[in-house]
Amino acid sequence: MTCLHLLLTLGFAVSLGTPVEIQRPRGVPLTKKQFYEENKPFTCLDGSRTIPFDRVNDDYCDCKDGSDEPGTAACPNGSFHCTNAGYRPMFIPSSRINDGICDCCDTTDEYNSGAKCENTCKELGRKEREVLHKMAEITKEGFLLKRQLIEEAKKGHQEKQSKVTDMQENKKQLDEKVEALRTVKETAEQPEKEAKERHLKAWEEQKAAIRLEKDKAKMAEAFLELDDDADGFVSVSELQSHAELDPDADGTLTEIEAQGLLGGAEQVDTSTFESVWPKIKDKYHSESQPEEPAPVETPPDEVKEPVVDNDSEPYPEDDISEEEDEDDEDEDDYHEDDDKAPPTVKTPEKSDEDDEAMPPYDADTQALIDAAQKARDDFEEAEKALREMDDQIRNIEKELSFDFGPDAEFTYLYNQCYELTTSEYIYRLCPFNRVSQKPKFGGSETNLGTWGSWSGPENNKYLLMKYEHGTGCWQGPNRSTTVKLTCGKETVVTSTSEPSRCEYLMEFTTPAVCQEPSNADLSPHDHEEL
Amino acid sequence: MAVNSIERMGLLSVFFVCLFFNSAFAVDRGNFKTCDQSAFCKRQRALKPGQSPYRALLETLELSDSRLTLQLINDNNKVHLLLELYRLQGNMTRVKINELKPLKPRFEVPDVLIAEPPTEPLSVLSKDDNGIVLSLGAESQRLIVSARPFRLDIMEGPEVLLSLNSRGLLAFEHLRLRKDTQAQPDGAEVKESVDGDQQQDEGQKDDDGESNKEEDGLWEETFKSHTDTKPNGPTSISLDFSLPGVEHVYGIPEHGDDLKLKTTDGGDPYRLYNLDVFQYELYNPMALYGSIPVMLAHNTQRTMGIFWLNAAETWVDISSNTAGKTVFGKMLDFVQGSSEKPQTDVRWISESGIIDVFIMLGPKPSDVFSQYASLTGTQSFPPLASLGYHQCRWNYNDQEDVKSVDQGFDQHDIPYDFIWLDIEHADGKRYFTWDPHKFSEPKEMLQGLMDKRRKMVAIVDPHIKVDSGYKIHNEITSKDFYVKNKDGRNYEGWCWPGNSGYPDFTNPEMRAWWASMFTYDQYEGSMENLFTWNDMNEPSVFNGPEVTMHKDALHGNWEHRDIHNIYGLYVQMATAEGQIQRSGGVERPFVLTRAFFAGSQRFGAVWTGDNAAEWDHLKISIPMCLSLGLVGVSFCGADVGGFFKNPSTELLVRWYQTGAYQPFFRAHAHLDTPRREPWLFGPENTALIREAIRQRYALLPYWYQLFFQAYRTGTPVMRPLWVDYPKDTATFTIDDEFLIGSDLLVHPVTEEGSRGVTAYLPGAGEVWYDVHTFQKHNGAQNLYIPVTLSSIPVFQRGGSIIPRKDRVRRSSACMENDPYTLYVALSPKKFAEGKLYIDDGHTFNYDRKKEFIHRSLTFANNALTSSNLCPECNFLTSSWIEKVLILGASKPSKVLLKMDGKETPVDFEFDSFMSVLTLRKPGMNAGDDWTLLLQ
Repeated sequence: MTCLHLLLTLGFAVSLGTPVEIQRPRGVPLTKKQFYEENKPFTCLDGSRTIPFDRVNDDYCDCKDGSDEPGTAACPNGSFHCTNAGYRPMFIPSSRINDGICDCCDTTDEYNSGAKCENTCKELGRKEREVLHKMAEITKEGFLLKRQLIEEAKKGHQEKQSKVTDMQENKKQLDEKVEALRTVKETAEQPEKEAKERHLKAWEEQKAAIRLEKDKAKMAEAFLELDDDADGFVSVSELQSHAELDPDADGTLTEIEAQGLLGGAEQVDTSTFESVWPKIKDKYHSESQPEEPAPVETPPDEVKEPVVDNDSEPYPEDDISEEEDEDDEDEDDYHEDDDKAPPTVKTPEKSDEDDEAMPPYDADTQALIDAAQKARDDFEEAEKALREMDDQIRNIEKELSFDFGPDAEFTYLYNQCYELTTSEYIYRLCPFNRVSQKPKFGGSETNLGTWGSWSGPENNKYLLMKYEHGTGCWQGPNRSTTVKLTCGKETVVTSTSEPSRCEYLMEFTTPAVCQEPSNADLSPHDHEEL
Repeated sequence: MAVNSIERMGLLSVFFVCLFFNSAFAVDRGNFKTCDQSAFCKRQRALKPGQSPYRALLETLELSDSRLTLQLINDNNKVHLLLELYRLQGNMTRVKINELKPLKPRFEVPDVLIAEPPTEPLSVLSKDDNGIVLSLGAESQRLIVSARPFRLDIMEGPEVLLSLNSRGLLAFEHLRLRKDTQAQPDGAEVKESVDGDQQQDEGQKDDDGESNKEEDGLWEETFKSHTDTKPNGPTSISLDFSLPGVEHVYGIPEHGDDLKLKTTDGGDPYRLYNLDVFQYELYNPMALYGSIPVMLAHNTQRTMGIFWLNAAETWVDISSNTAGKTVFGKMLDFVQGSSEKPQTDVRWISESGIIDVFIMLGPKPSDVFSQYASLTGTQSFPPLASLGYHQCRWNYNDQEDVKSVDQGFDQHDIPYDFIWLDIEHADGKRYFTWDPHKFSEPKEMLQGLMDKRRKMVAIVDPHIKVDSGYKIHNEITSKDFYVKNKDGRNYEGWCWPGNSGYPDFTNPEMRAWWASMFTYDQYEGSMENLFTWNDMNEPSVFNGPEVTMHKDALHGNWEHRDIHNIYGLYVQMATAEGQIQRSGGVERPFVLTRAFFAGSQRFGAVWTGDNAAEWDHLKISIPMCLSLGLVGVSFCGADVGGFFKNPSTELLVRWYQTGAYQPFFRAHAHLDTPRREPWLFGPENTALIREAIRQRYALLPYWYQLFFQAYRTGTPVMRPLWVDYPKDTATFTIDDEFLIGSDLLVHPVTEEGSRGVTAYLPGAGEVWYDVHTFQKHNGAQNLYIPVTLSSIPVFQRGGSIIPRKDRVRRSSACMENDPYTLYVALSPKKFAEGKLYIDDGHTFNYDRKKEFIHRSLTFANNALTSSNLCPECNFLTSSWIEKVLILGASKPSKVLLKMDGKETPVDFEFDSFMSVLTLRKPGMNAGDDWTLLLQ
């Protein structure tokens, strides 16, 4: 029935000032009254046959379309019209006539069942008007709020966009600055490198001289020790007393071997010993000193030095996904720990000869180094700033890329979270991000889905949000959540349920879906009929 | 529901998770015993035929009026048995064998027989050293007792109907004292003295030399880490039956198998042991949730039944031997001539108790049904509403959910009568309570349903959470009603609530207390439209052997071993009694059970447990319910849609179409499956499901009348074709179609993507009418029926009258006063008959006050007459006859209604193409006498 028609009949009744009983067969709406003319044969509304009028509503189904029995339950496909004066008229399936259940508020469906129905139309009408009124108010206020939201979003959007533009401008400058500082750095690093190398080379040479000196002293000392008879020669037999010099390590230093060491000679003097010494010095044990174990290089195994990645890039997007991972099973945490385990770093091997530290840089070199370090620091700082800028731009661009509704009215939900606490769980909706559930009394959080898409009906896809690919269910699908948006002054999660296993439904009110109130909605009594 | 849903069971142990996780997608056969793993079955099955050590001591014969007793002796061990023979009224013979002097009493199953069966006199016709011939009275039936070896033959004239111990597989393991050195199965050759206390072992070894291995199973048995201590030692019993001339045997549910029982040679025997089998497999003899130890044997001449009254674990071997190579008939060869005719041999093996067998001699199928009904009772007459559609799911989440599903049915104009709540409705699986958050206002919810004239079922399982804050647990504890473990402490096991106790339902005091828990003041939040579902009553014990109770648990003096298969019956019995009592004995109960035993039909409905959303499971629902119907349980159904997994839309629609024509019509789904209320699959499928459910509701008067018949006579409501066409061998193995009553033949579409089915229409010279098109088909033919997704091939038998209520409403209660349409399907001889039954639909007044209408409707000689079958009955209905359709009619010139001596013309229409005569609004009250004359 069209609204227009209702309005007309209402106008008619009101203009007469008194209710008018319009005669028509039971269950027939006014719109179809003209087809049911008393004392004239009735033609089924589908035209299939014509029957005498006394067969209309005679509790026997003659028409295939059920049109001859609008007021009885005789036809399986009939429908009954109740006027419901004071409330809204409606059609019910004719199987609900006289079934003992009050369906029409005006009680007209139960005229012969013994069901005690009360006319509740006035009450229902009043309540409905109240509800409609309330709804209208909510809608009105909600819509005002929505306008603000749209304004704010617009402003925010512009701000963000100009911010992005500004930032991109700044970024360009930063880019240039970074490049400039890179050049400065490289320029400063070249003399630094050279000075350092020079310093190192000098130190190496100095070290070599010292080593040579030491070796000579050691050789002289050894010669004196070996030369048992102090004849100024080291003989084969004297050499043989130092079994550790055995070249084939069979435990005995034979005469031939000793002779071999002495370069085939029976004995050698100090100057010839200079050529023998390099062959034996590694094994030679001083007699005067207690035998020391060969200095085995065993640096402490795998000293863990956490890598301090102060300068590692911040990845805001990745932060989100990491968080998600943590919400998953413990297993994942475990793996993650593995991944994060700092790489083991071996301490640089120290040569036993480096017992003397390198002397400090000279003042010139140090000055060069300091200059280079400063250039590096400046460069790194600038580079970090650039990366941060990049991230900020990316974030804003990402935000700008979301579908926040036709007028961006959902923008304000971004980066927000809303919670609802039930008897067992705390549900958390972070629009455009994720939905989660956490047991109230301890236990880990479960991901009920991450932002998927708007999935409302074709005419308004912004009435439903879909969050997908949450934590998997045993023998079932991954959890997912549908968020149903309704108009409200406040932004709240009003209920959650799990209609089907692992498929959640969340109801969420927001002014952002409030429609512009139409005049019709503000005058609910238009729905009344006689 | 079976064991699963690991996620929800945080309480359960890791052990449990491990046990079941592997079996996520099919039954884990390893959790259940094969005959080889069941010591007594293995022992008994190892016995070879033809070596019976039992001899009848004819000199001990005592014959009183109706009872013959005779001692048997096992010549191997000299143990004496006492044989009792009874001739029972209604053509039955009862054979009981027990130890003459058992060390202590052996268990005899109580509460299954509705009364001590009335007997008839037996007389000795002749007697000599070889045996005795007894007269069984009518029809020259004789019972021959042969002495050496002992055997019994029941004969009619020259025909042997049935023989006992003809293969010599009678074996009775007598009670004995434990002697760790020696123990042998009785069939083996161990000589022991009659008195158990002076056993003298002569220690002869078993022939097959397996005594050591077997010995292990005699006094203790271990299966999968569960040890069964057997303080009574070996107690098993066995007996064989030969059925000459029989090729078709049926019954012994519950198995996920074909209607016709298969031979078990080379495989496991059919097992009867009530078990909670997770995701059961089809087409095998594994035990399922219920056990009815009744087998029917049928051939074109006769139908007989064997009822083995024993509640212990039981195995049934079936072999078919057309060559007659068994020892059968040495002394009978002279009357048999050549014994080349087909023969089926059956062997029953039970773990404890006594041999107590009822041989039901038919001869017609209906005779066997009434014979069995006379022993164990008939199907309880259900409230009419319970024959409507039931909407179930594990779980409807909360009151709001219930309300919205209820509204969904109205929005989509689909009728239903019951909505169900599974275990999640209770507070922490504490049955008789409600979850305080999800179901905080149960009465409000129930009132909401009552306002729509609908009802609810809430689950009450027999495992009770061990929790000192739980009233039920505390009362059971204080009354000491729990089953005990072997050490005498309360038996505890894991089930849904976690650690649980199991009330001893075998104790009548416990049952009386349990029943009292259903009164409205005890069961808080319950109302008169709340009914009950007993699940898990095998009993299911998640951490028990084979997911059930330890056999050495104690029920008073008896071991769980003795009573296992009857536990579930008692649960339903006590629950149904509770429902009767809460209304002061006025209202009929409705209780659904998963576990069952012989006699369970007296207490309500059963369903086939946790099936799966697979085409094979849809198909098997037919033979599974047919098998149950044959042994008394008419009120049977399978979960529509399949419990586990997700049905395709086509499967779901086909399942609704099939379920609409099966007695118990309930959709159910597992917790982890997506929602599948009928309107969730698009408008086209909603329409198909609506139509199937509406067909069910239109036929409720017929279903109700058939249940009244089943209640009165024990005749199954849903039945195999052979029951009505016992001489037509083509019907003997059919189990993809079935009859509802005698008059509707249903061949549901159970194949995926089917374009047609071939239905066998029985009855040479008969006709069948397609109930949708009224097209007539001849009987005794295979008819190919093209089908679409909307087709449910159903035929009405020519010669029948079926009353329908074609005004389908929201629920059966709403249809109470609606008029009837009579569908008169004429036979080729222009004859038809049917019945109409009307009462208040929910009280016992039909029984106590004879408040019902029972009418015979007959069409003969062009007159349709309604006559009173119960003149002394008294019930008023406002229902009237709105329409009469006569199928196969010719066009009359006029139709007159003759009533109260007056004749008034009746309008009519005639469809000459389909030969359907429609009488318009004759208008007489359904309880009146009247005649419609076609002239």
